[in-house]
Amino acid sequence: MSIQILMPALSPTMTEGNLVAWLKKEGDNVVSGEVLAEIETDKATMEVEAVDEGVLGKILVPSGTEGVSVNAPIAILLEEGEDISSLKVDLESPVSNNSRSSKVSPEKAEVELEKDVSIISDITPSDGNATNSRNFPASLPTKKDDDRIKASPLARRMAMHAGLDLAQIAGSGPNGRIIKADIDQLLSNGQDSKASLSKSVIEGPDTQSSINYDAVPNSGMRKVIASRLTESKQTAPHFYMTVDCNIDALKLVRKELNEKVEGTKISINDLIIRAAAIALKRVPEANASWTEDATLLYKSIDISVAVAIDGGLITPIIKNAGAKGLQQISSEMKDLANRAREGKLMPEEYKGGTFSISNLGMYGVKEFSAVINPPQGAILAVGAGEERPIIKDGAVTAATLMSCTLSVDHRVVDGAVGARFLSTFKGLIEDPLTMLL
Amino acid sequence: MTNSKYDLVVVGAGPGGYVAAIRASQLGLNAAIVERESVGGVCLNWGCIPTKALLRSAEVGHLLNNLEAYGFSADNVSFDIKKIVQRSRNVAKQLSSGVSHLLKKNKVTVIMGSASLKKKSGGEFNIEVLQEDKTYFNLKSTNVIMATGARAKSLPNIVPDREDIWTYKEAMVPNTLPKSILVIGSGAIGIEFASFYNDLGVDVTVVEVLDRILPAEDIDISKFACKSFVKQGIKIKTSSMVKSLKKSKAKISVQIETAAGSEEVSVEKVIMAVGITGNTENLGLENTAAEVSNGQLVVDKWGATKEPGLYAIGDLVGAPWLAHKASHEGVICAERIAGIENVHPLDTSNIPGCTYSRPQVASVGLTQKLAEDAGYKVRVGHFPFVGNGKAIALGETDGFVKTVFDAKTGELLGAHMIGAEVTEMIQGYTVARTLETTESELLNTVFPHPTLSEMMHESVLDAFDRAIHI
Repeated sequence: MSIQILMPALSPTMTEGNLVAWLKKEGDNVVSGEVLAEIETDKATMEVEAVDEGVLGKILVPSGTEGVSVNAPIAILLEEGEDISSLKVDLESPVSNNSRSSKVSPEKAEVELEKDVSIISDITPSDGNATNSRNFPASLPTKKDDDRIKASPLARRMAMHAGLDLAQIAGSGPNGRIIKADIDQLLSNGQDSKASLSKSVIEGPDTQSSINYDAVPNSGMRKVIASRLTESKQTAPHFYMTVDCNIDALKLVRKELNEKVEGTKISINDLIIRAAAIALKRVPEANASWTEDATLLYKSIDISVAVAIDGGLITPIIKNAGAKGLQQISSEMKDLANRAREGKLMPEEYKGGTFSISNLGMYGVKEFSAVINPPQGAILAVGAGEERPIIKDGAVTAATLMSCTLSVDHRVVDGAVGARFLSTFKGLIEDPLTMLL
Repeated sequence: MTNSKYDLVVVGAGPGGYVAAIRASQLGLNAAIVERESVGGVCLNWGCIPTKALLRSAEVGHLLNNLEAYGFSADNVSFDIKKIVQRSRNVAKQLSSGVSHLLKKNKVTVIMGSASLKKKSGGEFNIEVLQEDKTYFNLKSTNVIMATGARAKSLPNIVPDREDIWTYKEAMVPNTLPKSILVIGSGAIGIEFASFYNDLGVDVTVVEVLDRILPAEDIDISKFACKSFVKQGIKIKTSSMVKSLKKSKAKISVQIETAAGSEEVSVEKVIMAVGITGNTENLGLENTAAEVSNGQLVVDKWGATKEPGLYAIGDLVGAPWLAHKASHEGVICAERIAGIENVHPLDTSNIPGCTYSRPQVASVGLTQKLAEDAGYKVRVGHFPFVGNGKAIALGETDGFVKTVFDAKTGELLGAHMIGAEVTEMIQGYTVARTLETTESELLNTVFPHPTLSEMMHESVLDAFDRAIHI
């Protein structure tokens, strides 16, 4: 029996991904565990490994295809002794259900798609005697009529009521049709926020305008940034509070630590993570999320740290940061940041998190306000440490100050709670010995 | 029977079994089917089909009795019950040989006899078939589908003797027409026999333990049916139980406990129609890991039992006890065994149910009560036959069409019909439900004029306060 290789879901909320490249050709032998293809998900490029062994019989979705629905067949693996002619593939499996992306994708991809999606509609008896050689029927379904999303009228209406975007939903009905059960499941999982991109994101820029531009196809990551941050700004009532932290002492402690402890290279950022983790431990109400039914107070302090990477940003997580020492935070952060830049993070390494830190100090930014990373309740925006005049004991003197701005979702964190968190954080930063323990 | 090793052996050649075997063969499996009695099963030989032939005769009789309404007159109209029964048997026979032909055409090996599973060996099922000549025949198979159906249930105090206390089987082939009949149970089977015999002039009494007849149907349907049958002369006793039966010469005295107290009825024959129970016995299930519970084989949504490779479908695995449900399960099961991708389990909420009495009853989906109990805010539409041109022209003005929608999403939750030809119309709503249409598509569908089906449209219009012809 031939085996269909399906577009994997690399995270529970993933509904589609881009097939970046095939690393195997048709006819190649494949053993279990070998890398078959690279797939770009929301935020990272992942490798698809073979589960079974056999021969890669047919590539159904060519390299460079965007918006491939989760669970859509992408290739067919033949078992030993099996002939390509015994293949049977669901005729109308959604190869790509994102109409816009297929328009901006290179024409080559479309041509290849038409040529490549060979389907044998008749069911061939699996008696092992299929002797036909490579002989594909000439009439092939093409994906030209991509715009049509298969969904039942009832599913369409339910999606409309719930504000869900059908293009983001993988259908479980006949031929991938979106049916009532799919919407019910999404709604009961409460993952509608993830599946629904706001309208402006879907429609993209005004293409009627005469202004010259290069249309850069939106990567999976760009789409996720767009949808999540739009959602955040539209649903979470943000408010902001800023403190200036004197980091002279912090710089000194860091210098001493790095000099005295062999092989240690603690960064200011590591110390900020540590201070934020301790502050959250002391003010646990700030480590929270809003849901319609309840405010979730997290028992674990998982800090998402924004890392700029090619084409966007990603937020690897220092998990259970409240229980980790400086050295561990430092080495984990280095590893996560390196792998983030290489696009090699696993989904669980950047999905989740209970609180975020975004540090633009290295770019010389004095201070800024960050957009909360939903469903989290707060994010700390860290500016550059710079020498500024301060007044101490009635005299003007110089000190290194770092402005930190906390963006807070007012539905879960009130002003007083945010202020307590910030003052605790400031206290730790300005008296760093207290956070070394 | 040179080849006794199969990919699939189906036990029971009813509408579940033979369809499963044909589908399996279409998919390239080497399939055999074992049948102990007649190909086509109860449905074809002792159920759906022969009763429809009987009811057709009753309908003709009803028309003959009302000829004057249509401008005809006839004298000395008479009938012969033997000829009515003979016609019914001929219909069954014609179809049974049709199924044999289909099995042959699809290269399914048919083996007559009773099958029993022995211990597996080498991962394969060993099936012993006791043939009619008392010899044994052994088969090997990778997969087995049990499709042995069900038989009439009896009550502890009332055991059918097949002479005076009938099951559906005896009720289908009377030698003479009894003067009076008591039908115990008012589900589809009981009501169809009550209607048939009443139309032939028999004095019919129906006893139902629940508070209404056709208890699986919408309450409005039950009420309307009851009124209609009473008008036709059938005596209906709901919330009643048969306490005892006493047979004497040519009479049966039946003690019935009703809400009003105990009463005695004297009848010539009794028909037991209190439900059915699965044929789980003598199949060798004890040699497998399969479980039997409440007279049913326990299966998952694909028909798989706990024993790898052993499946079961149809009446044997439980309600609804309908041929079309069994056939559909047979197809799903065969496709799973053949490894077909994208097979979907059966959505039992989309299985229509039909009763071919006069008036006919047909429904699909939730009743209004079940919908409301499930928390739906409903919109309900009604349309009576008397408001339909074709119904008036036919002289069939008794009945109505009721539709139940979810007020929030417009989902057609259920449809319930009573009256002439509704069993032929329910498929329209079934297609609608399977496609998950909302009221919008139904409102915008053009129904042909003049047909009874226009009532289906008007009922939807009514649910949304837009009915034109009422």
